[in-house]
Amino acid sequence: MTEHTTQGSQPPNHSTGQPRNSTDHERVAESVGGSMAMRSAEVLDWPRRIHRFFHANPTAAPAIVLIAAVLAFSFIAGDRFLTPFNLSLVLQQVTIIGALGVGQTLIIMTMGIDLSVGAIMVLSSVVMGRLAVDFGLPPSMALLLGLVCGAACGAINGTLVTRIKLPPFIVTLGTWNIFFSLNLWYSNSQTIRSQDIESIAPLLQWAGNSFTLFGARITFGSLMMIALVGAVWYALNWTAWGRHVYATGDDKDAAELAGIRTQRVLMSVYIVAGVICGLAAWLMIGRIGSVSPQVGTMSNLDSITAVVIGGTSLFGGRGSIVGTLIGALVVGIFRNGLALAGVDVLWQEFTVGLLILVAVGIDQWIRRASA
Amino acid sequence: MSQQTPVLQAKGLVKRFGRVTALDGADFELYPGEVLAVIGDNGAGKSSLIKALSGALVPDAGEIRMKGEVVQFKNPMHARSLGIETVYQTLAVSPALGIADNLFLGRELRKPGILGSVFRMLDKAEMRRQATEQLTQLGLLTIQNINQAVETLSGGQRQGVAVARSAAFGSQVVILDEPTAALGVKESRRVLNLIRDVRDRGLPVVLISHNMPHVFEVADRIHIHRLGKRAAIIKPDTHSMSDAVAIMTGAVEADTAA
Repeated sequence: MTEHTTQGSQPPNHSTGQPRNSTDHERVAESVGGSMAMRSAEVLDWPRRIHRFFHANPTAAPAIVLIAAVLAFSFIAGDRFLTPFNLSLVLQQVTIIGALGVGQTLIIMTMGIDLSVGAIMVLSSVVMGRLAVDFGLPPSMALLLGLVCGAACGAINGTLVTRIKLPPFIVTLGTWNIFFSLNLWYSNSQTIRSQDIESIAPLLQWAGNSFTLFGARITFGSLMMIALVGAVWYALNWTAWGRHVYATGDDKDAAELAGIRTQRVLMSVYIVAGVICGLAAWLMIGRIGSVSPQVGTMSNLDSITAVVIGGTSLFGGRGSIVGTLIGALVVGIFRNGLALAGVDVLWQEFTVGLLILVAVGIDQWIRRASA
Repeated sequence: MSQQTPVLQAKGLVKRFGRVTALDGADFELYPGEVLAVIGDNGAGKSSLIKALSGALVPDAGEIRMKGEVVQFKNPMHARSLGIETVYQTLAVSPALGIADNLFLGRELRKPGILGSVFRMLDKAEMRRQATEQLTQLGLLTIQNINQAVETLSGGQRQGVAVARSAAFGSQVVILDEPTAALGVKESRRVLNLIRDVRDRGLPVVLISHNMPHVFEVADRIHIHRLGKRAAIIKPDTHSMSDAVAIMTGAVEADTAA
């Protein structure tokens, strides 16, 4: 490397006293060209190597935190923590947030944010429950219409963002309140009892079914969530749509000039996120059995927490779905581990807060492109 | 050269924005296998001319011909589909995506068979292979990893990716808007070499630049734009830079249209 730099600073033909002409210039550039070419091969010092590693592998940091947390709580909380049953319990606890987080990741990746995911989920669950129980629609039809409700809510968000060009934060702050009020209105603020759903529309509770494997209790809902993560991972990494989502979030103008119809991409992202909220509604009915308009009020922010801890950048264009799953698991493991260790709930919240700040700090550091 | 049919030709282009006349009967010809530089003072209408030629602007009057046939570009995508690739000053690369991803952004290749048609699966290996081939042909394979994020590249390398993309997909014409404006001496050098390489592969290049030394070094002919129309066409070997500046600013009336 040093050799090249010296070559670059001493133009070869200077000493001969020839006038500088364009070919001379070219020769200088040619000799220096080598050092530009070598840039990617240069020997890096450790901090930069680590930086480059995290830059290229956005899920590495949350994965390391997850593994460290599991190891730490195995020591602190001992036998009760590291059992298949307890770990499967954590998986069940993060299922809904994990699913919502998948939709949230898509939106955050396009430099947006969706504060309404939880409200869409609850509204969809109310639609599913009422149509099946109160109106006697076939459960499969009720389920489908619940998903359509999610898609419609997503489409409303998407329209406001792409057509009226309002900032996503404001749009979803507004629709959060609107969807939540609609949900209270449509449900008459009343819970649909678990027994009623069980007798009339057991399909809606399907995700709550489980089987036992080596002592771990695994619900169909958890498997569905993992399948959802897999499907969206595939769409992001192996389809043109995924490339376009990344490109739109990364630099919208550049994507536009490259021929991507960014408004369409954004619209599709909001609709897909809406459908995913609908799926999360199905998972939620499976998990709690009943349909209540009052649950899941915190899930808007919890899903953002999972996304951020999972290493997806709030500034768009960078992140991964698998990271979000890991982020949700990190939160679940910390809550569970701290609880088993006998730590007060308020310190669980405190820890999650710290994790968010650390995650965003790391993201800022990683984002600085290795210049 | 004038016996040949121009690859891209414009006659009497007019474009008005309210009371401002950006193009006032502008003519333009680009012949096969040449680098044509377009220079002009700020406000002379050269960017309007280029926009008209790349489909970003629809002229009020006048006609554009490709290989002798009249065309009307509806938008940049339309011009692109006819083989005119434009590298914008802002580069239009996505920083966090890799080099191969960027080369194929907006026109990704899918796997053959059911994987591609039903599962819409990208053919990453093929895109990588073609991207590598393209960069090698242009002598740009100093970039080791074709999946490297574009933001980790230097300015010149990024420009290289953008030019490689236009050369790969532009079947008729490559338009470069101020490609060396943001670059240092060494990197400008590489981009100028790249322009020659693209021309030597048979693609005519339109180069818009403010940098006179660069223009005189790489251009075969120089189109000087002034007051919304073509003031002159000169050749670097018959005119000096000061002649060009004189014509550009109107200090000298151009009498020799080469």
